[in-house]
Amino acid sequence: MKQLLEWLDDRTGIRRLTHEALYENIPGGSRWKFVWGSTLVFAFAMQAITGTVLWMAYSPSGQTAWESVFYIQNVMPGGSLLRSLHHYMAQAMVVLLALHLMQVVICGAYRAPREINFWLGMILMQIVLGLSLTGYLLPWDQKGYWATGVATNIMGLTGDAAQRLAVGGGQYGHHTLTRFFAMHAGVLPGLLVFFVVLHIAIFRKHGIHATNPEGRPDEAFWPDQVLKDGVACLAVLAVVLGLALWRPAELTAPADPSAPFDAARPEWYFLFLFQLLKYFPGDQTFIGQSLEFWGAIVVPGAVMGVLALMPIVGRWRLGHAFNLCFLACLMLGISLLTAQAFYEDHHASWSPKDAKKFADEAKQKKYEAAWDASKQHITALEHAQRDAERARDLALAPAGIPPEGMISVMRRDPLTQGPRLFAAKCAGCHSATREDDSASIVCPTPTAPNLGGFGSRAWIRGLLDPTKIVGPAYFGNSPHLKEGEMVTWVTDTVTAMDADAKANLEKLVIALSAEAQLPTQREQDEKDAETIAAGRTFLSEEVGCVDCHKFHDAGEEGLAPDLTGYASREWLIGMIGNPNHARFYAHVGAEDQPMPAFAPSREQPEANQLSVEEVGLIADWLRGDWYRAQASESAQ
Amino acid sequence: MAQHSTAAAPPDGDDRRGFVKRVLAVVVGGLCAVVPGAAALRVFLSPLWRRGADATFIPVATLDAIPADGVPRMFKVVADRTDAWNRFPNEPIGTVFLRRTAEKPDEVHACNAVCPHLGCMVGYQASQTRFYCPCHQSAFTPEGKLIPPSAAARGLDSLDVKVEAAAEGDGKRVLVKFQNFRSGIPEKVAKS
Repeated sequence: MKQLLEWLDDRTGIRRLTHEALYENIPGGSRWKFVWGSTLVFAFAMQAITGTVLWMAYSPSGQTAWESVFYIQNVMPGGSLLRSLHHYMAQAMVVLLALHLMQVVICGAYRAPREINFWLGMILMQIVLGLSLTGYLLPWDQKGYWATGVATNIMGLTGDAAQRLAVGGGQYGHHTLTRFFAMHAGVLPGLLVFFVVLHIAIFRKHGIHATNPEGRPDEAFWPDQVLKDGVACLAVLAVVLGLALWRPAELTAPADPSAPFDAARPEWYFLFLFQLLKYFPGDQTFIGQSLEFWGAIVVPGAVMGVLALMPIVGRWRLGHAFNLCFLACLMLGISLLTAQAFYEDHHASWSPKDAKKFADEAKQKKYEAAWDASKQHITALEHAQRDAERARDLALAPAGIPPEGMISVMRRDPLTQGPRLFAAKCAGCHSATREDDSASIVCPTPTAPNLGGFGSRAWIRGLLDPTKIVGPAYFGNSPHLKEGEMVTWVTDTVTAMDADAKANLEKLVIALSAEAQLPTQREQDEKDAETIAAGRTFLSEEVGCVDCHKFHDAGEEGLAPDLTGYASREWLIGMIGNPNHARFYAHVGAEDQPMPAFAPSREQPEANQLSVEEVGLIADWLRGDWYRAQASESAQ
Repeated sequence: MAQHSTAAAPPDGDDRRGFVKRVLAVVVGGLCAVVPGAAALRVFLSPLWRRGADATFIPVATLDAIPADGVPRMFKVVADRTDAWNRFPNEPIGTVFLRRTAEKPDEVHACNAVCPHLGCMVGYQASQTRFYCPCHQSAFTPEGKLIPPSAAARGLDSLDVKVEAAAEGDGKRVLVKFQNFRSGIPEKVAKS
């Protein structure tokens, strides 16, 4: 062993290197304030280790980036922890950078002869921020996609070429990912290593800058400072590990350029820049440039410029004082802007809307607009969370992730798309409030029936209830239905029914609801086959429904909606597509029909407001017809 | 990062306090390295524990498609395939040779077309009535037995076959329990 060491030392000079590394003299002895540089090197080493293994499982392309990260996060053993460690250590690195910078400036360690090292440190800071920015996009989820879009658009303020080079073309796509990934895992870490080596070499050349070493004996780096550095690294690691175990890194729904993501925000340490931009409207100009350009490019650039000049300004006693002041103001400004950004986004969650907060009307209006914006952001975060969970459930479903990627599954999912389409096209008149697990959509001024649970037994039972049919959930809000013959029939005939007839009416309800073939009611319908048969007979032969309605072979179409397959998928698609068809509400007359025909033309589908697929998604959503994760599957 | 070495001696004597500090520094530094190292290693080694789905019988051909003349015919095996996060419906997942003889026309013999030596794909040479691997010249009889001298350590891997009535019509279909096996070893060990 000893001989082997001798041989190794002879060939490499390893003893001298080790000695130099470990017995660096520290004037005045080891100090806690010297630990920041070491924690940063540790953080980078950890990012390199975790990042390399993540790299082995990551696939940068539009159809595989989200999918591979999903696989790391949810399927690979230990994948979630690994990704979370990488995720949180990246953030810790930014914090450590700020601390390191402050320590250097406060101690005046940037002054001659250490100027160049200060500038190298600033370059390192840019590289680390670049790593954060590029890493944020790689999961190709909604959050990363929309937030990074803002960042590259800011880049675009300096010129189209800069943006094209960053994005890899005019549009986000495969090449955006391959370029960002090459930057994130290749170019930037390479540069970082290069500059760190320079930074440490120059640091060793000038030695540690100790402010007042008098009265304390010098010590070697080993073991006292190493121990302090190690404890600091361990503390950083403990925090990161704790966060990673407490809240694993998030993966929102797969990126979708067609679905806006209102919860888009940059990573928290860039929030101050995001907030700053709110004070620089793009429609005003200052010295030939839009104010936005000033806020996004000039102001941050100037701050960087002042930081870079610190070693020169710091030569004078007053200059150092200025630097300290500037840094304090900068940190204060960043903190305030960050706090403000957070407050503006979240204050609605802890302070209820106060209708009389300000006596002044303009002030009150402004306050309410800000409160509404906050509420909207909180809702958007909830939706993002819901979509993220949905994407995870669908990706874990037996059907799995198809080669076209997860986004195709999300676009075909009624639970994801139904509420969006309903809110955009239907919620101007209809509410859809439901008691089950799916989200309700409430129309503030409904003029048409509430479609929550449409076609279910409860819904039809309510429709045939004389106390409910003219209520707000059914025909109460829509003039042409309220005055219609259905209301007359229910109020007259049903009210007059005796107990026997009422029992038959319940069978009719069950039979008519069975026409919908709701997947949520399948078991009940199968069980109640006899009741359904009796209800059908009652409907078509005894109670007079078929005087107006068609029902299978009985009755004729054209006087009232066809009850054959009422509220089935096919019925709903037809109804949404064209309510003026003879099968539905042709008797109302096209000019009096308040409901638009969303897909009337089969010949020219491009002229329709909604495609057949979209109409189908609305129908499926209304019918509760979507994939439901089994309890055992979602627990995995 | 904390650098440490127990080999180098401190320059200023070695009191007990210094010794404790050195041990502590090594322990603390080691802890810092162990956590990310272990987290990374666990994921790096995860292929060791990943297991594919169990082999099932997959319909490959109709019985009529295999002439009962003792000559092996090549068929693609098509099935749903799972590759990490992706599910590919109905994709070719491998190739088999099916063979029927005039003596026992109801019996089908199946073997995997992958050479058991190092995984190239063998072809059937009708003129020489043998399977032949273009990579290292291994040769096999039509039954799949090794023809020595050969680089391969075992014969072609036979597969379980079921012949059953087709769902439609009055023909019969051939199902093969498709599996791949580890190459290079004399034993036939299924890959999972």
